[in-house]
Amino acid sequence: MSEPTRIRAQAQGGKTTVRVLMSHEMESGHRKDGSGKIVPSWFIQEVSISLNGKVILDADFGPSVSKNPYLQFVIKGGKTGDKLSLAWKDNRGQTRTDEASVS
Amino acid sequence: MKNTFPQTPNRRDALKQLASLTALLVGAGYSTFAQAAYNKAAFDSKSVNEAVKFQGGGGIAESKDILLNAPDYAENGAAVAIGMSTALAGVRKIMILIEKNPASLAASFEVSEFVEANFSTRVKMSQTSDVYAVAVMADGRALFSKKEVKVTIGSCGS
Repeated sequence: MSEPTRIRAQAQGGKTTVRVLMSHEMESGHRKDGSGKIVPSWFIQEVSISLNGKVILDADFGPSVSKNPYLQFVIKGGKTGDKLSLAWKDNRGQTRTDEASVS
Repeated sequence: MKNTFPQTPNRRDALKQLASLTALLVGAGYSTFAQAAYNKAAFDSKSVNEAVKFQGGGGIAESKDILLNAPDYAENGAAVAIGMSTALAGVRKIMILIEKNPASLAASFEVSEFVEANFSTRVKMSQTSDVYAVAVMADGRALFSKKEVKVTIGSCGS
C-alpha cells in the first residue's frame, strides 16, 4: 500500500499556491541492483488534480521525475475550504487518491 | 469505562463510511485518467525534437517569454529542482525535457483555464545536460527556453 500524498494549498491574493509531495519510488528502469540486475521501471505516469470535483490539471510523468515527486503549481482563484483532490496512476496500474482543503 | 461502549458503533460507522468514500474517490480517479491517454511515444523519445513532435508541437523556436528556472550546478543528479513559467496566453501544454537523459521528456502539464502556466518539480539527471522548458501553444507552435545544468554526481537514472 502506498503512502499518502502530502498536499498543501494556500489561498492568497486571488490565487492558490499548491505544493504536493507524492510518495513513490520512481524507478527509472536503468538502475542496477546489488547483483547487477536491472531494476524494472516503476513510476507514476499520470497525475490528475481536481478542485471541488472538477479536473483542473492533468500532468504526465516519465521516469526522469525524481523519487517522491514534488510538484508546485498555481490555481487561478480558489478559496479557503475548497477541496483539492490528487489522483495518480503508475505504470503498473496502481492508483492512489488523496484529498486536502485549501487553507 | 461504561461511557466508551456507546461510542464504539459510531466509530465503526465512521470508519465504514470513510472506507466507502475512499473507494468512491479511487473510482473517480480512474475515470479522470481515461480522458487523456498517456503519450508513451513522447515519453520514450530519445531526443527533445522528437518528444515535442509527439506532443503535438511543431516549428520549435527559442523564446524569451518562456522562463526556465534551473540551477547552474547540481551536486546530486537524483533531484534537481526545475521551475518553468510563461505569461503568454494560449499555452496548451508545458513540458520539461532533459536532453541527455535516456528518454528526454520528464514531465508534461496540460494548462487549463483554471491554472497558471507556472510549474515546479524535481527531476533526475544522469549527466550534465541542457534542460528545456517547452510550451506548446494553441496554434501548434512550440516555444522553448534552455539552460545547461552541470551535474557533479550523476544519477544514472536512479
